[in-house]
Amino acid sequence: MIYEGKQKIWSEYQKEIPDDHYFYVRSCIRQSFFPASERTLLDIARNKLGKDIFETEHHTTCGGIAYHSDTIPQETVMTIIARQFALMAKNGYENYVCSCITSFGLYCETLETWREFPALQEKIADNLWKSCKLEFAKPKFLVHASDLVFKYRNQIAAKGKYKLVNIKTGEPLRVVEHIGCHYSKMFPSKGVGGAEYPYVLVGMVEAWGGKIIDYPERRHCCGFGFRQYLIKSNRSYSLSNTHKKFESMAPFEPDMIITNCPGCPYFLDRWQYVIAESQGKTYGKDGRGIPVFTYEEVAGLVMGYDPWDLGLQTHQVPVEPLLDKIGIPYDPAKKYLGKDGKDIGKPIQPSCLK
Amino acid sequence: MGKLYDKLMEDYRLKEGLNACINCGTCTAICPAAEFYKYDPRRIVDMVQSGDDSVIEELLKSETIWYCGECMSCVTRCPRKNAAGLIIMALRNLSIETGLFMESEKGRQMYILAKDLNHNVLNYGYCVYPRNFPYEGHPEAGPVWEWEHAHLDDVFERLGANLDGDGPGAMRKIPAENLEQLKRIYDITGATERLEKIKQAGLKKAAELGLTEEEYIQKLYTEGTKMHLNHC
Repeated sequence: MIYEGKQKIWSEYQKEIPDDHYFYVRSCIRQSFFPASERTLLDIARNKLGKDIFETEHHTTCGGIAYHSDTIPQETVMTIIARQFALMAKNGYENYVCSCITSFGLYCETLETWREFPALQEKIADNLWKSCKLEFAKPKFLVHASDLVFKYRNQIAAKGKYKLVNIKTGEPLRVVEHIGCHYSKMFPSKGVGGAEYPYVLVGMVEAWGGKIIDYPERRHCCGFGFRQYLIKSNRSYSLSNTHKKFESMAPFEPDMIITNCPGCPYFLDRWQYVIAESQGKTYGKDGRGIPVFTYEEVAGLVMGYDPWDLGLQTHQVPVEPLLDKIGIPYDPAKKYLGKDGKDIGKPIQPSCLK
Repeated sequence: MGKLYDKLMEDYRLKEGLNACINCGTCTAICPAAEFYKYDPRRIVDMVQSGDDSVIEELLKSETIWYCGECMSCVTRCPRKNAAGLIIMALRNLSIETGLFMESEKGRQMYILAKDLNHNVLNYGYCVYPRNFPYEGHPEAGPVWEWEHAHLDDVFERLGANLDGDGPGAMRKIPAENLEQLKRIYDITGATERLEKIKQAGLKKAAELGLTEEEYIQKLYTEGTKMHLNHC
């Protein structure tokens, strides 16, 4: 699709994102596999941009993975969500920002269902009081954490030390953006730019100097599929979907992938390892993979954070070739050290994936 | 219309997700599951809107309702704003409620999902808890996860997380009173009852097969027939 056409679509899907004062809720997968990403988001928002982002230790999972694996009823997950919203109000906030895409989609679905069925909302409020003695409340504004970084993208660029530009050629890096399915496929109006051509990551990449590349399977799912990944004997579903995406994007020679979903970067990173080790096929140049990043990690790189503080050593596809392209310095000797330089060993190198 | 259909229509996901499907097949064309599994959401939605209880019972016993990945890609493209993914969720819900999920290989996998995910939710406050994500069960997580999992406390400390610690932060310890609230939510909203139903059905099946619980779990986790896939 031509760029002007996308701009027209984007203009139809504008979303109001308050600038400040948020109640922040973490993601189960993000915390487990990319804990430094959440820390980076909070550090940038609070300490670099001076925003008020509040977190309480009393919030929990939204139950989304248990719900989308069909293990708990809809009424259960709605009451857990009502508890999260009640904590927001109890702490004096009305803007709610969540780190997880599954959560975000579920919050959108829940609020819409409550709007259409007020009696159900009353029942959930009653459940909440009976179980937690908390007052029912709803957020005035609901955003995903990538919406927030989209909102701050120009401020991040202004304070940035690096651009998504090849330091040797001066050319913008070629970036694939991957949006988590539950960000806007169910409710296009709730995502920046809609569902067909979401703008949330495109806006960040453009502001930070990179160039988005289009490819046929751009909107295809990473393949998590909840039960399709969690059960080992179903896992070929997950692998097959990631494989389909990489086969589609490879001819366009991307330098990197940026994602806004907690699970997608894990799958796009790890399945490259599996494809390389089992088939001998890699999608980057010279036997390398295509490095995959969270949007918080990319924001952190642009702002000049140390790559190992961002947790990039926990990726399976090495990120160093990309750091070299941008000209970001790093100390290879410190890559796998623990806190204060503690020696905690290092991973075994894969036999095929460089 | 039959009793199963009426029961299905009580589900808010069906009320939201079924708006007179015109059978165009767009959902099937866009569906990631349909590409790999013998799965056709167009046909499933058509079967549901027939309202015929014998047809719906066939679905509730089937393998096919368990192939969806709940990505909801179908929702975006449907010209009638149907949501095949939500209809699947309602079917799975009723399949569990009626006990018919035990009739299919994929349905029986509910035993592991219910046990593991909700163990994490009720004991730690998270759906995913990294200490319970062993490399041995997830070799695809690669040698970097093998290393990370073996040094989880050190890596999380290095990355500024708060693994099992007090106060806020990534993977903090959720206070006991909050876990008790989750348990009460489970009790009054039917989750506890559902988990027990899935557990008892699984244990009964394990006993029929002469397997211990652990052997049954391993069987469910690792054994799968190729009949599910399109090319087989």
